[in-house]
Amino acid sequence: MSLSPDDVRRIARLARIEVSDAEVERTRLQLNDILGFVEQLQSIDTKGIEPMSHAVDVVQRLREDRVTESDRHADFQAIAPETEDSLYLVPKVIE
Amino acid sequence: MIGASLRELSAALAAKKVSAVELATLFLDRIERLNPTLNAFITVDRDKTLAMARDADARRAAGEAGALLGVPLAHKDIFCAQGWKTTCGSRMLESFIAPYDATVVEKFKRAGTVTLGKCNMDEFAMGSSNETSYFGAVKNPWDLERVPGGSSGGSAAAIAARLAPAATGTDTGGSIRQPAALCGFTGLKPTYGVVSRWGMIAFASSLDQGGPMAASAEDCALLLNAMAGFDPRDSTSLERPAEDYTRELAKPLAGLRIGLPREFFGAGMSDGVRAAVEAALAEYRKLGATTVEVGLPNSGLSVPAYYVIAPAEASSNLSRFDGVRYGHRAAEYADLNDMYCKSRAEGFGAEVKRRILVGTYMLSHGYYDAYYLQAQKVRRLIAADFAKAFEDCDVIMGPASPSTAFRLGEKAADPVQMYLSDIYTIAVNLAGLPGMSIPCGFDANHLPVGLQLIGGWFDEARMLSVAHQYQLATDWHRRRPAATA
Repeated sequence: MSLSPDDVRRIARLARIEVSDAEVERTRLQLNDILGFVEQLQSIDTKGIEPMSHAVDVVQRLREDRVTESDRHADFQAIAPETEDSLYLVPKVIE
Repeated sequence: MIGASLRELSAALAAKKVSAVELATLFLDRIERLNPTLNAFITVDRDKTLAMARDADARRAAGEAGALLGVPLAHKDIFCAQGWKTTCGSRMLESFIAPYDATVVEKFKRAGTVTLGKCNMDEFAMGSSNETSYFGAVKNPWDLERVPGGSSGGSAAAIAARLAPAATGTDTGGSIRQPAALCGFTGLKPTYGVVSRWGMIAFASSLDQGGPMAASAEDCALLLNAMAGFDPRDSTSLERPAEDYTRELAKPLAGLRIGLPREFFGAGMSDGVRAAVEAALAEYRKLGATTVEVGLPNSGLSVPAYYVIAPAEASSNLSRFDGVRYGHRAAEYADLNDMYCKSRAEGFGAEVKRRILVGTYMLSHGYYDAYYLQAQKVRRLIAADFAKAFEDCDVIMGPASPSTAFRLGEKAADPVQMYLSDIYTIAVNLAGLPGMSIPCGFDANHLPVGLQLIGGWFDEARMLSVAHQYQLATDWHRRRPAATA
């Protein structure tokens, strides 16, 4: 299947990446190239094959429920674009 | 000292023939002289490096004596190192100072290595030529008009030009082995889960694996001893007893069965690569190994399967870069959503955006089964092929890359062509197997060729010995490029 310009805009919106009108066509062609390349997987018979989600079959480990980290919020927030009173600042969401 | 192996450096440090500070200075001076040409490092910090070296010397004076104490090495800029700028090759993280150490970095610190700097790489490890880096392309020391391979291209150029005696790398689809092949040294990708991914910026989590890069297999074994081990902070780290990866190095090759996948020796490989790989196999036979043909019938599907799985996982992993907690934030935006969209559009380069978009589409409602689930099923077929092949052989060999180093810009405009340069390495990541590339000769342009070794799951020690025995009989791994003498 082949993506339309509107498909590209929809995908970009889902991915939260701004794609300008000038970029849509070039992006569309490149994505279609890649999708065309992986298309060959569709013809492979995989009936009854269990999907392999990880290289080695492991079960999810659970850790003990206890505090292991010290409070380093000042270090972590020092690298944030904008903070105030230990809070991350973002544009107003609710009017 | 510049051309010495890690074992030789370690011995010189132990015998107090050289101090860690002297050694670090030697390499820092070399970086200062040659890095402007090669662009192998994104960050060099002489003060930090010398402080680490002084600390290593103090530890030795206090009686400590680890094999890597005072040995200098470089880290791929994908590993968080506390207090160091950690960019992952991206504008998104251009000013990100890591607030903590990756497990790998922490382990090397404990072993007493001295960090020479942070190496250039393809942006978020997405690339096979190091041309997608926001900080500019890296030059191959064997020919400055050519790429070093990728994504660990900075680490590769640094080792080939001896700006560092060793470096860390990561390999999601060939990013250690392909640059090792194109730059003429030894690189190892361990079995998935052997080296902790904690603090290693994620690309495709079910495939990413860190590993050592150095001149020889013996050096890689020493490095892997420091890097490997269970880490409770990585949910896919494997709980296995610690291993000494040098333990089998002396084991002779007699009786070794080498599997040669017929799919790896068909069309698509350049003549120069074929000739060097055939000659290496002849050397192995001379040294007492036997070769047997094996089949990996589904390996041809590995590149398409990878280009579903890796972008899907990347689109999910890279959603964390939102311009809120760290990383690039656009200067102007209308509202919160616009801030996300603009920050990500500005912070990510073209290849990263392409893969996020592809992955987003493949995981979106109505397409998940057709793409991601189907690719995961094909992945199992690919892994099963290897399990079957290892019934008839101890190690698999073939080319690491279909060609030697290509020219800068040659494949940059065509993503799919670029993807195909990892045609021999990707199946190994999908199966989770350990793989290596070792230098095995040169083509007509005097560019290095890499021989790929693929071991069974957790068979690193054996694979390293198979590589080491070849390196005892040959000197390809000791050749150095003239341009950066």
